[in-house]
This record gives sequence, C-alpha cells and structure tokens, in this order.
Amino acid sequence: MVSAGPLTTVQDLGRPGYAHLGVGRAGAADQASLARANALVGNPTGAAALEATLRGPRLRFAARTVLAVCGGQVACGEGPHELSTGGQLDVGAIRPGLRVYVAVRGGWDVPPVLGSRSTDTRSRLGPPPVRDGDLLPVGAAGAGWSGSVPPAVALVDVPTLHVYAGPREDAFVAGAIEQLCTANWTVTPSSDRSGLRLAGPPLRSTLVRELPSEGMVLGAVQVPPDGAPILFLADHPTTGGYPVLAVMASSDIALAAQARPGSRLRFALA
Amino acid sequence: MRVRRCGEHALLVEVDPAEVHPLLAALRRLAEPGIEELVPGAASVLVVGADPERLAGALPDLPLPATAEIAGRLIEVPVRYDGADLAEIAELTGLPSDDVAGRHAAATYTVSFLGFAPGFPYLAGLDPALRVPRRDSPRTRVPRGSVAVAGDWSCIYPQDSPGGWRLLGRTDLVLFDPHAQPPALLTPGDQVRFRPIPR
Repeated sequence: MVSAGPLTTVQDLGRPGYAHLGVGRAGAADQASLARANALVGNPTGAAALEATLRGPRLRFAARTVLAVCGGQVACGEGPHELSTGGQLDVGAIRPGLRVYVAVRGGWDVPPVLGSRSTDTRSRLGPPPVRDGDLLPVGAAGAGWSGSVPPAVALVDVPTLHVYAGPREDAFVAGAIEQLCTANWTVTPSSDRSGLRLAGPPLRSTLVRELPSEGMVLGAVQVPPDGAPILFLADHPTTGGYPVLAVMASSDIALAAQARPGSRLRFALA
Repeated sequence: MRVRRCGEHALLVEVDPAEVHPLLAALRRLAEPGIEELVPGAASVLVVGADPERLAGALPDLPLPATAEIAGRLIEVPVRYDGADLAEIAELTGLPSDDVAGRHAAATYTVSFLGFAPGFPYLAGLDPALRVPRRDSPRTRVPRGSVAVAGDWSCIYPQDSPGGWRLLGRTDLVLFDPHAQPPALLTPGDQVRFRPIPR
C-alpha cells in the first residue's frame, strides 16, 4: 500500500446473522460494484476487496497479479489490469461516484473476524482502515469465476431512490411520505458508511417521546427529532428509537452508496 | 401483535414487552428459510430475510412458548460502585449515595435486547426509584466496563465509547470478544445480578 487514500477499508459481503448481539452486517456499501470487480478478476462474488472513498489507493505488488476497479469512475479504468512483479497501480480520483472496489485475483487475505474480512467503521470490528505503508497479503487464485459479469452501476447526477413506506409512517404528520418524495435532498459532509445524512425540509413526527428501541434495516430512512433524515448504509446501527418513515429498495442501495457529499438526490415510492 | 412491513425483505413484529422472548424463541424454532436476522427490541422482533408475505400469514397463529420454557442463564457481574455520576444520581433521585448502589445491586435484571454497540445489553428490571434521565450531552468517552442507568434501563458499556447514560460503577468482565465463541457474554433472555465488590 504506497498511498491509501482518504478512507480505504477491506470489505467483503459482511457478517450477517449477528444483529441480535449488536453487531451490524457491515460489508461493501455498494455490493453490486464489489461483485462486478470480483467477477472481472475471476474471484467468487464475496471475495474481500478494498473499498476506497473519494480517491483510490496507489498499490505496488511483489508478484504478478490481476486487478479490477469498479464503482465510481477512475482514470485508470475498470480493467482487468494485469501487473507484473513490482508493478504499480494508481487508482486516482473517483468522479463521478464516491467509492470504488479494488479487487485482486485471490482476494485480500487479511484475517477474518466473526466470519468476515469487512471493516465495520461504526463498531470498529474487523481490520483497521488501510494506511500508507501497510503490507496486504493476497490469497491464492481460486478456480475462477464462471458466472456472468454483473453490469456496472449506472451513475447519474441526481439519482432517484425508490422507497417503500413504513414501518413507522403513522408516527409522522400526514403528507410526510409525499414530502420525502417531492423534496430535493442534499447529501451532507457528515455522511459516512453508517448512512447518508440529508439536508432538506424537516420531516415532522407526531411522537412525544422516543419509540421503544427496535431493530433497524439497511436502507431505512430514519428521522431523528431534528427532522433531518438519515439513509442507512452498511455500518448502520442495529437498533434505534427514532422512527423509520420508509425503507429503500435493495436495487437502489448501490446508488446511495455512490452519492458524493454535496450531491443531490430524490426519492420516489417503489 | 401488530406486523409492519419493513421494506422488501423484513417484517417488524410489535408485541408486548413480555412476549418478545417467547416470540423470538418461536421464530427460531420455526426455522423459516431465508431468515438472516432476528433482532429483538424492547417491544418488537425484526425479522430480516424471510418471505414477508408468507411469514406475515403464519405469525398470528404461531404458538408462543411459556416464559419458563425459554429461561436464559443467570450471570453474575462483579461491580465496583465508584462511578462518576453516583453523587449526581443520589441528588436527582433524592436517595442517599449508599442507597443508590444498594438498590441497583438488589434487583435481578433481564437482558431485554442488545444494540448500540456489539455486546451492549439493555437490562430491564431497574428499581423505579433509580430512574434518571440521560445526560443532556453525552461524554465523548465512557470507559469500557462502565455500569450505567438511564430511564427504565440499566446497561454495561462493552468498550470505550461515547455515551450519555449515568455511570454507577465499573466491571472487569469482558462483555464482548469477537474472537471468543460465543462472542457476547450476554444474550437476550439471560438474567443478570450485580455483585458489589470493594472499591
């Protein structure tokens, strides 16, 4: 790892099945792009890749290898890139989009924690974020990927994210869903792997106190008392007492994961 | 029981708090294909991954086991009652300082659910005389092992973390170790007693 970039973490498909212990799934924020990058280098879908944010890493390899870079757009292109011993890949700035997945043939072979190589940035489980100078082991190339290569995520300037109303639509004033789906929302800089924090017209709940804490899902649009919604991504909390107005369709999660701070987005009923 | 759809892949099943653990046990026994998570809350169970239509149909008729059938383990937590907020809790509740620790340790708690952080237990059964609100602004760092109270709940912080609950004391017990099997000391349905140890 010559230069890690602003936030680079190891991510696979995460660690499902532990939410009842307060452990979130984590994993790639944009799983569609992880899958595509892995397919391009002949890895199984869930092999660990590097998730880079805003700017990709510069890597140098001690052996011949094959890499792919999928998600947001980068100057080096998706690949696959074949590197010889001592070869370097400089992924560079990511734009449009926010995150890319750097897959290496054989996967990144860091020790798994609770069955996954994913970094959970909220609960600090899994490997720490990658830093300049780190040496990352690469696994042995497997049997190869015989399936089709999933399509690239189609990035747009102002994505429309589809949502299903509920589970707590009745905790809001009449018209809240309509307001969610007609307003222009801006992604604020305090957004992170736990979720997008959105600026726009305040969404008003009718609750006089917090709800009893309940389980939370990926893609939930949770509304704290200040009325500014949070759209849950991979490292979201497992429980919460603020009402969830709507839940995003799975197929749009990748678009949410690619939304840059400062960009706009909209919602529509699925 | 009230069943709410939660996006394409999940159902939020609202029940009385006393029915949360029986419902959780019944859902585990059902072994519905595709279930990825069963997340208990204070008055609900979130089911992630099963076919929502099919499961919603099966829920109203689901027999719930009796509480005695599904009792968890009893875990004793040694605690030094020297927390930073002891004096403040005494003031807020109007109780003498010594009474605060005594009343907290006298109760038997149930692990209602885990959330907020890996292994963080929400413990039900707090003496109503010890009810205090959360701090107006959370501390940036609550030490690992801190035993705390807020509202109707008591809790233990498994790791250093920001926190707004009021601190009573501290335990050296490890609440969560991702490399251990099982990783969490406490699971929903377990019972907890606090044993005071000298400061």
